[in-house]
Amino acid sequence: MTTIEILTQALELITTLAAAPLFLGWVNQCRAWLQNRRAPSIWLPYRGIRKLFHKDAVIAESASPLFRVAPYIVFGAMAVAAGIIPSMGTRLPFTIAADAIALVGLLATARVFLSLAAMDIGTAFGTLGARREMMVGFLAEPALLMVIFVASMISATTALPAITENLATQELALYPSLAFTAVAFILVLLAENARIPIDNPATHLELTMIHEAMVLEYSARHLALMEWAAALKLFNYACIGFALFIPWGVSTRASGPVVLLASIPLLAAKLAVTGAGLAFIETMSAKLRIFRAPEFLAVAFLLAVLGLLVHLLLGA
Amino acid sequence: MTGTPFDLQLLNFCAALLLLLSFAMLAQRRIVTLVNLLAIQGTVLLVATLLLAWRTGEHHLYLSAALTLALKVVLLPWILHRLIRRLRVYWDTEPLLNISGTMLIGLLVVVFAFGLARPISALASTATRNAIGIAVAVILLSFVTMITRRKAMSQVVGFLSMENGLFFGAMSATYGMPMIVEFGVALDVLVAVLVLGIFFFQIREQFDSLDLHHLEALKESQPINAQKGATHALHGDPGEGSPGSTVSGRTPAQKESR
Repeated sequence: MTTIEILTQALELITTLAAAPLFLGWVNQCRAWLQNRRAPSIWLPYRGIRKLFHKDAVIAESASPLFRVAPYIVFGAMAVAAGIIPSMGTRLPFTIAADAIALVGLLATARVFLSLAAMDIGTAFGTLGARREMMVGFLAEPALLMVIFVASMISATTALPAITENLATQELALYPSLAFTAVAFILVLLAENARIPIDNPATHLELTMIHEAMVLEYSARHLALMEWAAALKLFNYACIGFALFIPWGVSTRASGPVVLLASIPLLAAKLAVTGAGLAFIETMSAKLRIFRAPEFLAVAFLLAVLGLLVHLLLGA
Repeated sequence: MTGTPFDLQLLNFCAALLLLLSFAMLAQRRIVTLVNLLAIQGTVLLVATLLLAWRTGEHHLYLSAALTLALKVVLLPWILHRLIRRLRVYWDTEPLLNISGTMLIGLLVVVFAFGLARPISALASTATRNAIGIAVAVILLSFVTMITRRKAMSQVVGFLSMENGLFFGAMSATYGMPMIVEFGVALDVLVAVLVLGIFFFQIREQFDSLDLHHLEALKESQPINAQKGATHALHGDPGEGSPGSTVSGRTPAQKESR
């Protein structure tokens, strides 16, 4: 393990943890602009988290220890995932421990604990949110796995940094399979991060909410961790997308520390564009009825499988 | 895939797009959008033909590209749009299967088509031989579209999309059919659509709807019974043979008129 490897790993983890709420703030700001509202400050998520950390936690009487532990597990899983995803450099000593499939498992673990904690209290809202979350999750996960399989088959490895390195360094080529899976990935990203066609992140009122219904019983530091973990999840998904579909600019095995430094503003630029795009999609589309969600995710799965088949047939 | 020339990559991309468009047609319930998708499919086919013509230097492919442009991108969608406006059919009724089920069947069909095309691809010597599987898949998906729809309009769109698939298959297997065949097929399709347009009006006049499952119930309608009585009288045979023969004698004729 060389110095630059440790440096890359540390830089990535710290940047992800620190910048995730900023990315969320940016998406919210873009959304407000597109909807002709006055935008909230981009730092609002930070203020919210700080405020919550200074409050005293209120926990329901019927809560089991699981309810207290869940925020730490969810946050921990997201932080570990951030360490695996090559957002800036591919020399990550941490990734020997887990490949892309394990990454999907890690995200699933977070989801399971979030849902269990939501059901733990026994309120109607929590249970409702948890069941919906599991429904969306079990439809979105195969699609995400298929997306990852296509990229893995092109690069003949399931290790995410190796995929990124292979795609970034090889000669530029047109991959119809990757184009299909990119669209599928965007659909999965929207569904998994409780964005608009599936869930509305800005609501506390509707009966249709999913994520907000699950964290309804949390307060203070627990809620802060949950919100931070949600921001991290969005950031992580965006970075998985970059790693698979726009891998150029990350520091690879051959490049020096200068490229690693240069990859920070590049990542910021990618995130800025992605955030604006995400806000655009959310503004342009209406929320689907919850029973239409399977159709939405079936399209994602279909696109991913089509990508796989096209890759098998055309070798592209 | 590195090392493949860029125009071939573009051709492969067109092939993949054709497959995607077939799936979009399979999922689409609005007939207007269905026709638009058909026009887009024609456009992708046009681009693929032009690319192949430029790549191989085969001059007759330019001619068939012109034919594609005139017929499949402009004329046929225009005729269909006009028919839609005059018949006022904008939505297909609920398909026989729900969307997700149809999609899954479509995926299985694609897997089957790719397996089917593998030995054919091995025999072909063209640079685009890998795309034969996609052409077969487009043909079979159009079949599925036709099978799962009820409205005559969507079935015609499925039929035309099938022709697109055949055309693309011929292109990728042997760089296009002989010109005379291509002209013949193009003319056939054009005439078929014109004739079917007339039949749409006839069907609607008879049943007040373009829903084809009305045609299945023809044997129970009144005029047949009257005729059945007449046949019995003629043959003097009250057995089961003659009603059956009457029905079977009548149904295919009606089916053909579809």
